Amino acid sequence: MENLNSYLIVSAVLFSIGTIGVLTRKNVIVMFMCIELMLNAVNLTFVAFSRHLGNLDGQVFVFFIMTVAAAEAAVGLALIIAFFNNKESIDVTDVNLMKW
Amino acid sequence: METLFFLIITLVAIVSAILVVTCKNPINSALSLIMTFFCLATYYVMLDAPFMAAVQVMVYAGAIMVLMVFTIMLLNIRVDATKKHSHKLIIGSIIGFFTFVNIVFVLIKSRAALPTGPYSGEMIKQIGHTELIGREIFTNFLLPFEVTSILLLVAIVGAVILAKKKI
Repeated sequence: MENLNSYLIVSAVLFSIGTIGVLTRKNVIVMFMCIELMLNAVNLTFVAFSRHLGNLDGQVFVFFIMTVAAAEAAVGLALIIAFFNNKESIDVTDVNLMKW
Repeated sequence: METLFFLIITLVAIVSAILVVTCKNPINSALSLIMTFFCLATYYVMLDAPFMAAVQVMVYAGAIMVLMVFTIMLLNIRVDATKKHSHKLIIGSIIGFFTFVNIVFVLIKSRAALPTGPYSGEMIKQIGHTELIGREIFTNFLLPFEVTSILLLVAIVGAVILAKKKI
């Protein structure tokens, strides 16, 4: 088994790549996938710490995070489809109705 | 041997994560993301958490990504050929880089606590990971588990309402 820090570094790299993706891409679906990537990086941290500390609470938390991600995917994709039906686009720069 | 395996999996995970961000076509991003999820499942197996690996493959690579690929095909989006906003790219990259530096700084400055819990690798192998997780969920985490079912019900109702013709 590798030591804890290598898993945490991998998790940090994945989280940073997800952050860059959310901030730079304009396609809503790709931004959504980058958010999933960030959630997965956090899950890896939880499981690594859970294994290191010998405590299963972190893995139960991962279970709940996966449930929340599934609910988020269902509602978020329904929102994207509703937005596409209204605007014929999935570009975030077209979501400007409340822009001042 | 295991270190070499870890390095290979890390390389694949990071390269496919970069491809998620850089691919022009959303369907390629989705396939790269599935690859990343499989790499994370491999990490979970290496961390003595086989149940989490199975759930990762079934829920993420199975359910969520099928939903996402289905949405991409349903919307039939053309590949975006719009011009790049370079300042946005630079600012986003700087913020992402500082996030990474911040996390690494905290990792260098801090030291993880010593193992305190009762679950060692031998115990997990002997009793079985699924059974231990089940005991935790249905004893200590019973109330959050039930609340999760309400969350899923709300998500179902919300998705059905949002998918109607007239909102």
